[in-house]
Amino acid sequence: MSQSQTHSATVTDKLDGQKLDGWNRPAVIEPDGDGELLEVAMGPHHPSTHGVFRMDVALDGERVIRLKPVFGYLHRNHEKIAEGVSYLASMPYTDRLDYMCPITNNWAYALAVEKLTGQEVPERAEYLRVILGELTRFQNHASSIGFLIQEMGASGTPLMYAFREREKILDLFEELTGARMMVNYMRFGGCRVDASPAWLDKTRRVVEGLPSFVDEFDRLLSSNEILMARTQGVGMLLAELAVNAGVTGPMLRASGVNYDIRKVDGYGIYNRFNFRVPLGDHGDVYDRYMIRLLEMRESLTILQQALKDIPVGQVMDPKAKIRGFRPKPGEAYGRIEAPKGELGFYLISDGGPNPYRYRVRPPSLINLTILEDMCLGQNVADVVLIFGSVDIVLGEVDR
Amino acid sequence: MKTLEEIKAAIEAAVPGAGAEIVTNPSVSGQHSLRLAPSRALDVAKFLRDDAELRLDFLSNVTGVDWPDKEVAEKVKVTHQVTKTVDGVEQQAEETVEETRKRIEPGFLEVVYHLYSMEKKHGPVVLRMRTVNRTDQVELRSLTPIWRSAEFQEREVFDLYGVVFTGHPDLRRLLMWDGFKDFPMRRDYVEPDDFEYEPTAHDAVLKRAQARQDAITGKPREEGQPGMGASQ
Repeated sequence: MSQSQTHSATVTDKLDGQKLDGWNRPAVIEPDGDGELLEVAMGPHHPSTHGVFRMDVALDGERVIRLKPVFGYLHRNHEKIAEGVSYLASMPYTDRLDYMCPITNNWAYALAVEKLTGQEVPERAEYLRVILGELTRFQNHASSIGFLIQEMGASGTPLMYAFREREKILDLFEELTGARMMVNYMRFGGCRVDASPAWLDKTRRVVEGLPSFVDEFDRLLSSNEILMARTQGVGMLLAELAVNAGVTGPMLRASGVNYDIRKVDGYGIYNRFNFRVPLGDHGDVYDRYMIRLLEMRESLTILQQALKDIPVGQVMDPKAKIRGFRPKPGEAYGRIEAPKGELGFYLISDGGPNPYRYRVRPPSLINLTILEDMCLGQNVADVVLIFGSVDIVLGEVDR
Repeated sequence: MKTLEEIKAAIEAAVPGAGAEIVTNPSVSGQHSLRLAPSRALDVAKFLRDDAELRLDFLSNVTGVDWPDKEVAEKVKVTHQVTKTVDGVEQQAEETVEETRKRIEPGFLEVVYHLYSMEKKHGPVVLRMRTVNRTDQVELRSLTPIWRSAEFQEREVFDLYGVVFTGHPDLRRLLMWDGFKDFPMRRDYVEPDDFEYEPTAHDAVLKRAQARQDAITGKPREEGQPGMGASQ
């Protein structure tokens, strides 16, 4: 805790002595000039909003005085739909939440249902989940960095480098599951299909090639002068506020809080692997970029271990009930460390074939709680960067 | 971590009149929860966050649940006074009959909070609160002053379930638009049948085009003949 206190002191110093009036609400910034405030609606159709999302911004010159996010353009009441269908029928629909990371959505949902029914998962399926989950994390972080740099004006190049690697990973998904993005791969008690030895060999080859891509990315970007000038000291987030506001994932760790659900819960078989949890110490946009880069390296070490150790066996518990089952009345909350943060599913069963209540805990939405806090007093051009560094997908924010 | 019984005892020691009750969860997940009386919820939340041993500094998830009025059928044994005629003499006798009675259990809205500790790395502790009913007494104390992460999630529960959180700094609809009237996640929500038919210019344009075609070819189209756009 002492570390985070010294850390918060440095952050407050860098905010030019601006006193945060209690970290529970955004600080009120008074306009300093005598000019009028300019109200701008950033979005809903704006390339930087990663979908349909609006920020109502009040500007004093270039400075942001107020920022209110507006949601709901992509709302389709996912939770209501899931309450009307069987447990299995929601599985393909979870792909559409965070469509960059369908595998981890599947995993979180399968985990919640397995907690509700007490279903065991065979060893090989756990390994496959880890392999696919870490590949997902890798491609999500790579493209999220690519988008961030693109929003800074580096049109295309880093993003296309990231997409080149993402393509290789999506090809693996397609070969295994039949779809590049809408994979619908996991089942309660395992995975839908087994991976062939040829697929595993191919994955090993792809994974062998990825470290050189991370090195290339690192050399290309990390010490780039424009990137450093635009991102360092921008969009600061205090560790205390991050914890209080329920921020999770790389954003939280960039503020210096050591909390990775893979380590804390050790769900699946994550406690078998050796990996480190990278932490930032400024909580600015640059740290968030750096944490994602470092997490990509850690994902690769997990992948190498998992691909070495994966046992032979079945990928589905033969006694597992996939369709037409009725869990005992009760409830379960299952959560995983998705690439964007804590993705949780909360299910209440009343003994029927459909969930009585099905709730998604969307990391993208909750990480946006402190968007206004981070943007206040910053320039309007930096709002785009700060928003990009949160890394959201609107399919999950609006559900 | 403390067991739920110990947490309940600690809450009662720190906040008198907290009215905490353990709700057991029969599912294999074993995540039991604590039901709080809404009146002291803010004090309990503050205690849970700041207590040195618990330090539940991370509110992960806020869920609204709708429990509508439930009709419960019960079998009740009822004793009646019956007049019987035995051997031509009228007698008063008692007779016990089993009757099925229906009564309505009033519904309520419930909000569930999942708490973890990032400092101590334990959890979850599940809190629940109930409104009095589903219609006019739907206020609950907002926990946003304690945990900022409830801000958007409580707005969502207000938006989709209609729970009014008192003390919330900015209680507006989150996902539906501001003019929307109903609460779509409630179990008895019916989609409004307000689809409006808007005539388009489509038919008029087709008619005009046909007339023009007729003028060019010099013969009006007869009934039954293929018109414009039909394949030859």
